[in-house]
Order: sequence, then C-alpha cells, then structure tokens
Amino acid sequence: MKLIKQLSHHRSASYGLIVICLLVAVAITGYFWVPHDPLEINSYNKLIPPFSFHKDNIYLLGTDGHGRDILSRLMKGALLSLGIGFTALFMSLFFGLPLGIIAGYFGGKIDQFICRVVDILLSLPSILLAIVIAAILGPSLENAMIAIGVVNIPHFIRIIRSQVLVEKKKEYVEASKALGMKTWRILYKNIVPNCLAPVIIHGTLLFSGAILEAAALSFVGLGAQAPTPEWGAMLFDGKEYFYNAWWVITFPGLMIFFSVLGFNLLGDGLRDIMDPRLKK
Amino acid sequence: MSFLKLFFKKTSSLLFTLFFLSLLVFLLIHLLPGDPAKIMLGERATEESLKAVRIQLGLDKPLYQQYFSFLKDLAINQNLGTSIKSGELISTEIKRKFPATLELTFIALFISSFFGVILGIIAAIKRGTRWDFSTMFLALAGVSMPVFWLALLLIWFFSIKLQWLPITGRIDPLIDFDSKNYFYLLETLMSGNFEALKSSLKHIVLPACALATIPMSMTARFTRATMLETLGQDYIRTAKAKGLNPLLVIFKHALRNALIPIITVVGLQFGSLLGGAIITESIFSWPGVGTWLLDSIYARDFPAMQGAILMIGASFIIINYLVDLSYLVIDPKLRKSTS
Repeated sequence: MKLIKQLSHHRSASYGLIVICLLVAVAITGYFWVPHDPLEINSYNKLIPPFSFHKDNIYLLGTDGHGRDILSRLMKGALLSLGIGFTALFMSLFFGLPLGIIAGYFGGKIDQFICRVVDILLSLPSILLAIVIAAILGPSLENAMIAIGVVNIPHFIRIIRSQVLVEKKKEYVEASKALGMKTWRILYKNIVPNCLAPVIIHGTLLFSGAILEAAALSFVGLGAQAPTPEWGAMLFDGKEYFYNAWWVITFPGLMIFFSVLGFNLLGDGLRDIMDPRLKK
Repeated sequence: MSFLKLFFKKTSSLLFTLFFLSLLVFLLIHLLPGDPAKIMLGERATEESLKAVRIQLGLDKPLYQQYFSFLKDLAINQNLGTSIKSGELISTEIKRKFPATLELTFIALFISSFFGVILGIIAAIKRGTRWDFSTMFLALAGVSMPVFWLALLLIWFFSIKLQWLPITGRIDPLIDFDSKNYFYLLETLMSGNFEALKSSLKHIVLPACALATIPMSMTARFTRATMLETLGQDYIRTAKAKGLNPLLVIFKHALRNALIPIITVVGLQFGSLLGGAIITESIFSWPGVGTWLLDSIYARDFPAMQGAILMIGASFIIINYLVDLSYLVIDPKLRKSTS
C-alpha cells in the first residue's frame, strides 16, 4: 500500500502506471469484444483510411492490406503482448531466481560455473542470440517467447546473485545461522524477501524489453506468423502497403511504443523509490 | 591486482568465449531442423547423392572430429565453406558484407555519441528546467522506440513524401564507382569522387539515424547523470567561486572529468550497435552482415548463417574486450575495483 502511494506521488511512475492500466483495459476489452473479426480477410475492404465509413461499417483506425480491421487486431494484440511479457518474465524468474540464489549463497565451484555460463551468454548481443534460438526452434510466437525468456535469464541470475552476496553478509543472517536456522529457511525467510526490490525493478524493465524484442522478432519474420494479430507481425505485414497507406504501420508502432514507454516509466520510478542509493 | 594479471584474466576469458562461440556456430548445423544434405540438394535428391554430400561435408564422422576439422578450417584456412544460395565462398562474402556493417555502425556511433553527449550536457546544465524535462523525455522516448518502426516512419517521410533520400542500397547504381574494399565512404573520400561520396552519404543517413536512436538516448541519460555528479564536486564550486567563465568551468573542468565514464559507455555501445544493425540493415536492404544473416535464415543457407553469426558474435566479443582493456589503461582506479 505504501508503495502504491509512493508511486502515485512519483511523476513518471504514475504516468507509466496510467499507460499500463490503459493497456490492460484494452487487452481485457479485446478479449471479450472487438468491433470486427480481427482475422477475417475481405478483399473489398482493403486499405480503408482511418476515421471513415465504408458500407455502413466504421473502421476507426482503417483496414490493412487484407481488409482486416486494424483496431480489432490491435486490441487482440494487446493481450498477446502482455502474454509475451509475462511469459518472458516468468521464464527468467523461474530459472534465474534459484540459480542466482544458489550461486550467490553457496559460492565455490558451483558459483564459478554459473558465472562462467552467464558471462558467455552475456558476451553475445542478446538480439543475435534470440534470433539464433528462434531460428533453431522454428518461427512461431511461442518459440519467440521462449527465445526471449532464455536470453533474459543470465541478466536475472547476475542481478540476484549480487543482491544475495550483499545480503548474506549481514548480521541478521549470521544471527539466524547461529541460532541454528536451517539453510532453506534462511533463504526463504531472509534472503528471498530482500531480493524482491531489484527483482521488481528489473522485472518491469524486462517486461518492456520483452515486448520490444518479440515485436522485433516478429518483424523480421521469426516470431508470430500471419495472420496472428501481433503488433510486430502487423508491421511486418504493413511493410508492403505503407508507401500509400501510412496507417497500416503507424498504429501498431504507436502501440508498441506506448506499451514499452509505460513499463520503462514505471521501472524508472520504481528504481527511484525502491533503490534509495541511486536517488540523489 | 596488477595490470598484467588482469590483462591475462581478461584475455583468457576472451579466448574462452570465442571458443564457445565457435562451438555454438559449429553445432548450429546439428541443432537446426532438417537434414543439411537435403537442404543443399533439394527434396528430390537421391539417396546416393545425399550420402555423397554427407561424406563431402564430413557429416558421417563423429561429432568431435567434425568440430576439430571445422576449427582447423576456420583457423588455418579461414574457410567456412560455400554459400548454398549464392555458391560463393563464405570468406568472400564476408569481405564484401562486413565493411558495409562496419561503416554503418561507425557512422551510427558517431551520431549517437555526438548528439547524446550534447543533449546530456544541456540537460545537466539546465537541470530542473523545461530543457531538462524535454531532453530527458526525448531520451526516454528514444529508449522505448521500436527501431524498426522508426525506420519505416523515416522511410515514409524522407524517402516517399519528401523524396530526399534513397530507401535501399549503399550507392546510386548509376554512378560509376568501383569499390575495391567495400568501404564506400572511405574510398570515395580518398579517391576524391565527390559525386559518389555524396550519393553514399545520402544512402547511409537514414539507416544510421535509425540505428543511432537507442544508443543516443542512453548516452544522453548517462551523460546527464555523470555531469550532474561532477558539477556537484568541490573543485567545480571553487572554479565558479574564482569567477571563471561558466562555459569554461563546464567544458574544461566538468566535462573533462565526466568524460571517462561516458567514453566507457560509448565504447560498450559499439557492440550493441552491431546487434541492432541486424534489424536496421534488413529494413533498408543494407548489404551488410545483418541482412545476410536474416536472408540466410530464411533460405536455410547454413554455411552463410554460420559465417554471419561468427562475424557478428566475434566482433562484438573482441570490441568489448578492447574497450575493457582500454579503460584499464585510462583509469588506474578501475584496476582496484575490478579485482
């Protein structure tokens, strides 16, 4: 509750929250209702400009090169993008949290090994790695999500490991050890809750990165495939038509931009609030 | 830790990562779905010809032997095989495509660091004013910008609406210019062929600007933070109190000291630009390694894929290594903190 209050007082974070709430609202609405069928191809309705009536039907944001309503596709795409963010976040947390804690808390050979692997994975450009993984698994939205999740695991391991290293040297952990607390209980009660702040901050930033990367993969044809209404795939599709139909690329791009901006604003705000060392 | 020790540590980890990269690139043939021999010969190939190709590629040998011969070919003969799609040697293709990527990345790095540093300084000097807010908002927007979308918008505006700049390629094909090393900008400049130079500059502007957006925003944010920190130091207050020219204080006293961390960040961005170039290149059909990588993935041309991944990965790793080393030389304080 305190966090929410602090967030609402933080300027950029509150803007970020507003954008995210709008995005979620669009996604939920899109799940239950869209103005037109997002997948229905209609060759009579090709490339209708936005805000225009066409045979008693209104296409608010126009139609694309296959005569599909862009607004409906964007609304369906919102849910997909949120799903991509959550999947990537879940994957990197699922693997990153335990590995980071093990490396940080137990140290020794296992720490060295994990760090080596992390270093190697981080030594390649993440988009290159994601492209290679997507190419190996085959182009599809699910595989793009997996690729992005995998690429983000090493970042999480590194962040959590460094936090655990700081935390385990603190006196209360020593005290718990001296009192005979079991290791897993120390981890669960003392270490994990204190890793939450960096996890939340970086999780938010990872979310925006994942949306951007998934759109990029779809844009080069290695992510969501036609006719999936994913925003990046819509841009990929619109590349053929945008010479004389600006709206086919403008609106999907704006959606990607604002979603990423929202999560970035929130992430920046969270960092200011939760990490007082950086605040000056 | 002494400099020498750190140098050895960094170099050994460089070699280890390069080794891993070669392993990844090698394993790619086996990880990719489909039979490489079938991809080369097409679906209607006979069993015998498939076998012959497998033997020719060495796919019938045990994995570790294949890897050793791959490494031997790579290290001694610089031979990565021939592209299935174009039939050319991979090494020849690299010689043609890598300069294109390098030129694009350099120009983008120049744009991003020049404008990024200037914007950051403005924001820091005018802290808390409208200038600060608008530059920082611009920087945040730049970080959140899908580059591929920005590239399309730039094409739409500058190439289609205004018709100022060309959409694809590196130079106007009507201009008579024969490039030897495929460094168009450098070669046209050296040979004094200004018409060709102008044309190749026109071709590089849009892709370079699109590619530079994200690093420029990061540089601006980082420069602002570093400048603010430096401007808060005692010696700046002293310099101001002495009655020195405020501009002199900013550029000579503050910027000089803020520059070391900024240069580090800019150096590291050079690597990330290589990654970003993959997608930017493909939008502008820039004939570099990135376009080549994506084209070879679509065509399942795995020797070309290997060459492209190896080139992008290895240059990324080596550049970051060089940046690491150079700031160990520049800033002795770092030698302590990294140990």
